[in-house]
Amino acid sequence: MAHQKLSLYQSMILILVAVCAPLGNTCLAKGMTSLPELTLAHPLALFAAAFTPWVALGIALLIGFFASYLTALSWADLSYVMLATAWGNMLVELLAHFCLHEPVSFQRWLGVVLITLGVALVAPGPSRTEQPAPHNSGAPQ
Amino acid sequence: MNLTSLPVISAGFWAATAMIAAVVLSSTAGEVLTAAAMKSVGDLDEIRAHSGLKGAIVAVLTCPLFFAGVFFMAVAFFALLFTLNQRMELGLVGPATASLTVFTNAVAAKLFLKENVDRRRWTSAVLICIGVYFLAH
Repeated sequence: MAHQKLSLYQSMILILVAVCAPLGNTCLAKGMTSLPELTLAHPLALFAAAFTPWVALGIALLIGFFASYLTALSWADLSYVMLATAWGNMLVELLAHFCLHEPVSFQRWLGVVLITLGVALVAPGPSRTEQPAPHNSGAPQ
Repeated sequence: MNLTSLPVISAGFWAATAMIAAVVLSSTAGEVLTAAAMKSVGDLDEIRAHSGLKGAIVAVLTCPLFFAGVFFMAVAFFALLFTLNQRMELGLVGPATASLTVFTNAVAAKLFLKENVDRRRWTSAVLICIGVYFLAH
């Protein structure tokens, strides 16, 4: 069955969904681990942590992720968005290997290959289920 | 037969299984409700073209399903934090929740959102599910 191809803008939104979440989580983790241990007894310290550079960048990226995720769900299926953006999971792994020269185990390379295959399989397919038009034979012509 | 030689599944295993189920189910509920909300709102790009960014934000924030989705996403987030904080089978909980959510989302999208999850999407879901498990392990 023929299906409408994604526009360049829609593809960019899907790329933002895939990229912003793992990068945001990584920034948050980096920011939070560099801070002294926080407790609920000092909530102001938790509030102040949100304004440190890495944590603020992480929050901004996660807001970007949520906005682009909602946009994508407004014109594509959940099962398509979830699968077509799964390559974001391996982005941190590849950046760590090629930019920071961190070793990656065989098991993780296998994970990267499987996710790549899964995304390559679903991405060219239809992004939205076409619902049948409502049958209104009783309506006046 | 000596019953004392049978393998005993620890209480920690069952606690971890219960927490994985709680995280996966609440996360799936959150994703499906949010997707249903966005389907009912309509194409955000078209709304933004007609009513501007403010109109698009109002359209999302006036949809009750959206808040139900965000509520369940928050429940999933705090359940995951609680699970990790309890140090329960850490090597199992992280990878299992990440990979199982991919699969349960596909099932829920088929059942509740009536999406056409065809053979291509099922194969992709299984490959990504195993791949995410290997990456997170």
